Amino acid sequence: MSALLDIRDLHLSMHSFEGAAKVLAGVSLSVEKRQIWGLVGETGCGKSLTGLSVSRLVRTPPAEYTGGQILLDGTDVLGLSEPQMRALRGRRVGMIFQDPTTNLNPAFRIGTQLIDVALAAARHDPSILGLDARAGRRARKAAARKLAINMLTEVGIPAAESRLDDYPHQFSGGMRQRVLIAMALIGRPGLLIADEPTTALDVSVQAQILTLLKQMVAAHDMGVVLITHNLGVVAQTCTHVAVMYAGTIVEKGPIAEVLADPAHPYTQALLRAIPDRSVARGQLQGLAGSVPNLIHPPPGCRFAPRCALARPSCLEGPPPLHTRAAGHEVACPVVEELQHA
Amino acid sequence: MTDVSQDSRRSARAEASRRAFYRFRQSRLSMVGATMVAVVLFFTLFGNLLAPYPEHVRGGLNTAERFQAPSLAHPFGTNELGQDVLSLVMAGTPVSVAAGFAVVLIGTVLGVVVGALAGFNGGWIDDVLMRFSDLMLTIPSLILAMAVAAALGPGFVNMIIAIALSWWPGYARLVRGEVLQAREEVYVAAARAIGASPARVLFRHILPNIVSPVIVKMSLDMGFAILTVAALGFIGIGVRPPTPEWGTLLSIARNYMPDFWWTAVFPGLAMFLAVFGFNLLGDGLRDVLDPRARR
Amino acid sequence: MLRFILRRILLILPVLIGMTIIMFVIARVLPGDPVGLAAGPNATRAEIEALAREFGLDQPLWVQYWTYLSGLVQGDFGTSLFSRRPVATDLAAYLPATLELVFSALLLAIVVGIPAGLMAAVWRNKWPDYLSNILSVAAISMPRFFLGLLLQLCFAMWLMWLPLGGRFPIIFDPPPGITGFYTIDSILAGDWESFWTAMRYLALPAIAMSLSPLATILRMMRASTIEVMHQDYVTTARALGLSPRLIVFKYVLRNAISASLTVIGLYFGWLLGGTVLVETVFDWPGIGLYATSAIVSQDFMPVVSVALVIGVLFVTANIAIDVLYGLINPKVRYQ
Repeated sequence: MSALLDIRDLHLSMHSFEGAAKVLAGVSLSVEKRQIWGLVGETGCGKSLTGLSVSRLVRTPPAEYTGGQILLDGTDVLGLSEPQMRALRGRRVGMIFQDPTTNLNPAFRIGTQLIDVALAAARHDPSILGLDARAGRRARKAAARKLAINMLTEVGIPAAESRLDDYPHQFSGGMRQRVLIAMALIGRPGLLIADEPTTALDVSVQAQILTLLKQMVAAHDMGVVLITHNLGVVAQTCTHVAVMYAGTIVEKGPIAEVLADPAHPYTQALLRAIPDRSVARGQLQGLAGSVPNLIHPPPGCRFAPRCALARPSCLEGPPPLHTRAAGHEVACPVVEELQHA
Repeated sequence: MTDVSQDSRRSARAEASRRAFYRFRQSRLSMVGATMVAVVLFFTLFGNLLAPYPEHVRGGLNTAERFQAPSLAHPFGTNELGQDVLSLVMAGTPVSVAAGFAVVLIGTVLGVVVGALAGFNGGWIDDVLMRFSDLMLTIPSLILAMAVAAALGPGFVNMIIAIALSWWPGYARLVRGEVLQAREEVYVAAARAIGASPARVLFRHILPNIVSPVIVKMSLDMGFAILTVAALGFIGIGVRPPTPEWGTLLSIARNYMPDFWWTAVFPGLAMFLAVFGFNLLGDGLRDVLDPRARR
Repeated sequence: MLRFILRRILLILPVLIGMTIIMFVIARVLPGDPVGLAAGPNATRAEIEALAREFGLDQPLWVQYWTYLSGLVQGDFGTSLFSRRPVATDLAAYLPATLELVFSALLLAIVVGIPAGLMAAVWRNKWPDYLSNILSVAAISMPRFFLGLLLQLCFAMWLMWLPLGGRFPIIFDPPPGITGFYTIDSILAGDWESFWTAMRYLALPAIAMSLSPLATILRMMRASTIEVMHQDYVTTARALGLSPRLIVFKYVLRNAISASLTVIGLYFGWLLGGTVLVETVFDWPGIGLYATSAIVSQDFMPVVSVALVIGVLFVTANIAIDVLYGLINPKVRYQ
């Protein structure tokens, strides 16, 4: 059986005034049911673009896919037409984004927005509403409304039925994100892409939303890609983690493995940059240098210019993947050599 | 140190204007507008000299050749006095353009003074000036201009005064808004912190930064000012014949429609094309100079 | 909501007073001899003085103003120096004609401009967008009176499809006055023939007036649609599989319209003030034509009153727009 999501060697260029930036250079990621993958990296490393690519929401042009595949339940979405793609959005893959304030339409009741998403999903799969294909318009609307109420209750919104007629501004930030999760899941997608879902929220609310996500994965047998720059969130929530740097995945694997045995110099640097109690005051470490120019990226390993372990051979070609443990892969031959030496 | 910052500021400005010029040239419509405006300005300067029948421009008539249809000798035909319509249209260009420009200029100066005073001082000065501007905006401007022009009596200068009187509040509001915004900028706070006088802050730091939106509004308004001038002429309370003014020409010519349609259509067309040119140019300028309006 | 409306209506009062003061001062500061004009070229000095006395024009300005203001409270707009008729009577006769024209023009502009702007945004940077851009700049640049003349030339004089000017044939009775709008009155009376006639007379002036607001609404609508289409909630809607048609015509439309509403409010005042030109071209018996004849003869009361009525209508329209804005934007509704 094929994976829920299988991204294979994805290459994406972004055309601009100054030239084509190779923003994704060989991203591979495979997500199975009940896995929560944390996709971490700093701003601009391509993690959001990877997420948007799965739903094919990146505008082409200026973007251009120059290689690779994105298999969603075995179908390559890069080969689909826009209407075919639309049939998958919301039904095979749901998405939630960072800011719950701007992602709900302020001029419509949340019920209207939820019901429209449910109806759109039901056009391709009438069973979502529990009706057969010949059901009338009114029956479908009533069923969608009922589904919306159930969904809101499920994500923990009290008195869901009465809140259906409220506008987004009448909800708190955390509640809005719950509404958005309900909206993303109302079409029963197998895969959820959550792009910084807790970044805009209060810390206390963050934990609640992450717990909710975990519950949803268990209840609906989903796979999740959680895009974040916060390793704390990953440690708390995810089953797996993939670390991205400048359009490449430098290390990925089960969360426990990677946190216990971070191999790639970049992963190590990221972990060192997290303050924790063992670090003495004033010892928090940053990372020298800056993200490379992606229009003229360094040849070979893109992290090499900032890497303490870099050698001339690092600049010769893309670093090969090494398997450290079952499922734990690192794109750095130097570390392997050093450890085995 | 001062030298360095001056230098880098100057080069940043030069860079910005180079980019703006590049974007402007990229937009074909703006270039069309600029070309049309150039033609209009050409006729503003030389229209009187180039008119094929200069005696008609000065009020001379030729009753033997009344209402000639367009021909080689009279490409736009002749009017009820036997005057060459092409000559009148050409000689009408400086009247409309000069009047329009004067209106916009007076309106801008008044508006910038009022707006800068209001925005920079704030408090009751701001309240009084802005309430007054809002009131002026509520009074229908065309009717106000007509009433003032009628009371002042016909004439070029009177007409300009009448229109300019209703023209400034728009600028006052624009400038006030921009000044209020600029006042909050860090560079203004910095200038204050090092002890610059209020006048210096206003003239050296705030006003130079609101030039772009004002220029954009001026170029967009140029067309409307020409239209208003023509409108007063059309109603019959602007410039009086024999001064060849497009609106006046049109109002006389409408009595001779449909048989002698050329007497009306050509002055109207000239008016339309001139305004069209200024509006295209203004649009283009807005796109390159006012980043907030760019899409 | 109700309190909001009431407060806004109360705020009209100072505007009203301010407008009358400005108009009075302007009228007095300017040179000009309205009384002499009204009395006629052969009037003696004594006759002129008598006329001035009759109309209270020999009084100090503030007394004149006070008389006018106290009359205004009782619905008395003063008296015309020329016709000696109460201005209020004239306004009642001419205002409906102007309003009918302005509303028709605005309706036309909205009905065409909003969908056209939406489509221009959807086809952004493709040929329909470029075409609509050029046409709308051209429409804004077109002098209304010249457009009116061209329409007359084509449709009334050459093709003879539509009447040249006026509001209704003189030889027939207009429909019974209920609203003062001939089109609506004839529908109310069930008189379809009159309705058709009224529409034929209305068509050309309404088109001549609507072109410029149409173009502005189109451009505004295009800009706000493009802005809305970049909002996060549109991405979310797309990400969750809503069809482009539903997104544009339901979700984007409502948000984009609210931005265009403000422009429509501003244009209402502009149209009212600009009706002068179109009414002159088409001999449309409205307040614009009335004001023009009063201005030419420097007959002061009608001019002030027309300006006042237009100002009040303008402010009222903007209140209505604010209320409408609140209805579309639930967020501002309770503020």
